[in-house]
Amino acid sequence: MNSYVPILVLGVLAAGFAVVTVVSAALTGPKRYNRAKLDPYECGIEASPQPAGGGRFPIKYYLTAMLFIVFDIEIVFLYPWAVSFDALGVFGLVEMLLFIATVFVAYAYVWRRGGLEWD
Amino acid sequence: MTVMHAQVLAAGDVSGFGHDPWWIMLIKAVAIVVFLMVSVIWAIVWERKVVGWMQLRIGPNRTGPWGLLQSFADAMKMMLKEDLVVKNADKFVLVLAPIVAVVPSFMAWAVIPFGPEVSMFGHRTALQLTDLPVGLLYILAVTSVGIYGFVLSGWASGSTYPLLGGLRSSAQMISYEIAMGLSFAAVFLFSGSMSTSQIVAAQAHTWYVALLPVSFLVYVIAMVGETNRAPFDLPEAEGELVSGYSTEYSSMKFGTFMLAEYINMYTVSAVCATLFLGGWRAPAPITTIWAGANSGWFPLIWFVIKLQIGLFFFIWLRGTLPRFRYDQFMKLGWKVLIPVSLVWLVLVAVVRAMKNEGWQFGRIALWTVGGVLVLLILALVWDAVFRRKPAGGGEPAPEPAFDPMAGGFPVPPLPGQALPPVPRRAPRAQRRAAAARAAEAETGGTDTDDGDGSPSPANAGARSAATTSTTGKGAERDDR
Repeated sequence: MNSYVPILVLGVLAAGFAVVTVVSAALTGPKRYNRAKLDPYECGIEASPQPAGGGRFPIKYYLTAMLFIVFDIEIVFLYPWAVSFDALGVFGLVEMLLFIATVFVAYAYVWRRGGLEWD
Repeated sequence: MTVMHAQVLAAGDVSGFGHDPWWIMLIKAVAIVVFLMVSVIWAIVWERKVVGWMQLRIGPNRTGPWGLLQSFADAMKMMLKEDLVVKNADKFVLVLAPIVAVVPSFMAWAVIPFGPEVSMFGHRTALQLTDLPVGLLYILAVTSVGIYGFVLSGWASGSTYPLLGGLRSSAQMISYEIAMGLSFAAVFLFSGSMSTSQIVAAQAHTWYVALLPVSFLVYVIAMVGETNRAPFDLPEAEGELVSGYSTEYSSMKFGTFMLAEYINMYTVSAVCATLFLGGWRAPAPITTIWAGANSGWFPLIWFVIKLQIGLFFFIWLRGTLPRFRYDQFMKLGWKVLIPVSLVWLVLVAVVRAMKNEGWQFGRIALWTVGGVLVLLILALVWDAVFRRKPAGGGEPAPEPAFDPMAGGFPVPPLPGQALPPVPRRAPRAQRRAAAARAAEAETGGTDTDDGDGSPSPANAGARSAATTSTTGKGAERDDR
């Protein structure tokens, strides 16, 4: 576990640096109130209404995230297999080919159903 | 759970790490932060210089010798700008987001190997903060946390452009992470370890760029997508989204995002060097001339050179390539990179299994080439027999006609739609010919040369001219 401590140290250093710069910049900069300056950016037209806490967005992003989870988990399963590939021998190869084929069916299905289209 | 699994299986020898005295660990951590800050300061000036040269400009040359102090001027300017928090924003998350974006980009460097073991104040220690049996998995995990920073910034701004920019950013990072991860798997197959120091050690004789060229290519494309850089800088596409997720940011909050972007560029370059370009090892001609090139502090030089080559590659791309359209970008990621890297991984695995079984090289080559050929022929047969062809000789179904004023405002043609012919006055010769034909038709009686019965002869001439102009336009589009 000792080899994880340096990561923590680096993280604390980085976080300290980031917090100090962001906070100090808020103190060093000027403060001049202007109502229009605080409006959300729009190019010269009335700002489109955005509900607090985020607005609506295309469903495609959600679908992309779901697909990502499916395929990313596949890849994470591939890693231990790849690392101990030489030890597992032909058995490991065949097993993983079957696994990849199974996932590939899902991939082909998604492709065919238009899940990968981004009109 | 997966992390535990990998740890058990990835039995790479990283026992040399984690025994440093606390002060050496602290020195290394501070050195990494300083190294990254200096690198970013250099990168900003260098990028502006190189892009300037590529555009036949000089680039920054007012601040200090050769414009070298430009980054300090930029940082000073950002510090002295007003720190705006817009009205609709979620104030806490708006401030938190840049910090969330930048901290993981620093943390990824904990397992990057800068060099071999050196003597530091009487202690033998590797030029690497620490190493884990799952080093690369750690890098993937930490860089993924950085995505939260971008998506949160868009979400918290309470504004349309940042929201879309943040979503685009996260969608593109996760899409390209799959191809990236698959290219890693081929490397693990050869190195037998996920620890970065072990992967560098495994490349003592041959760099993986020579063994795994396709993985390298996929990784290089994916790393540009991961860092939101041109030609994949869609989250910040200023023509569409103003500045993407950082639209509502000002002052050092904006600067922190820039810092994260530049560090991420260095991070992916470092991972590229570690996985495919031999890490801190000197290239082959140097090692044959100079035996000591790979020991002591010298590897730091090779490593920094490789990082700078990676950075120059990013700048080069930015200076030469136009931005992708979002659907093209997603298509490349999901429909090209993923199948290519998956098939390549299977090929590599099969070849390596044959080699482990003790097959001769010629036999392996024969079987591999034969297998690929059989697959190609099968694909061809499949394509010829089963491909559904719409009626009309393979032409796709006609797209709905292009309406240039759909929705009441001018719109460009969608993919598959063609611009309508531009009405244009026909050349004089054609007009004269049309007039002559019209006169003939008037005297002759029936009008047969015009299939769809156009009433005015001048119109026919105009249309034929317009047809030629459209075909000319089509050819132009194909050229692009």
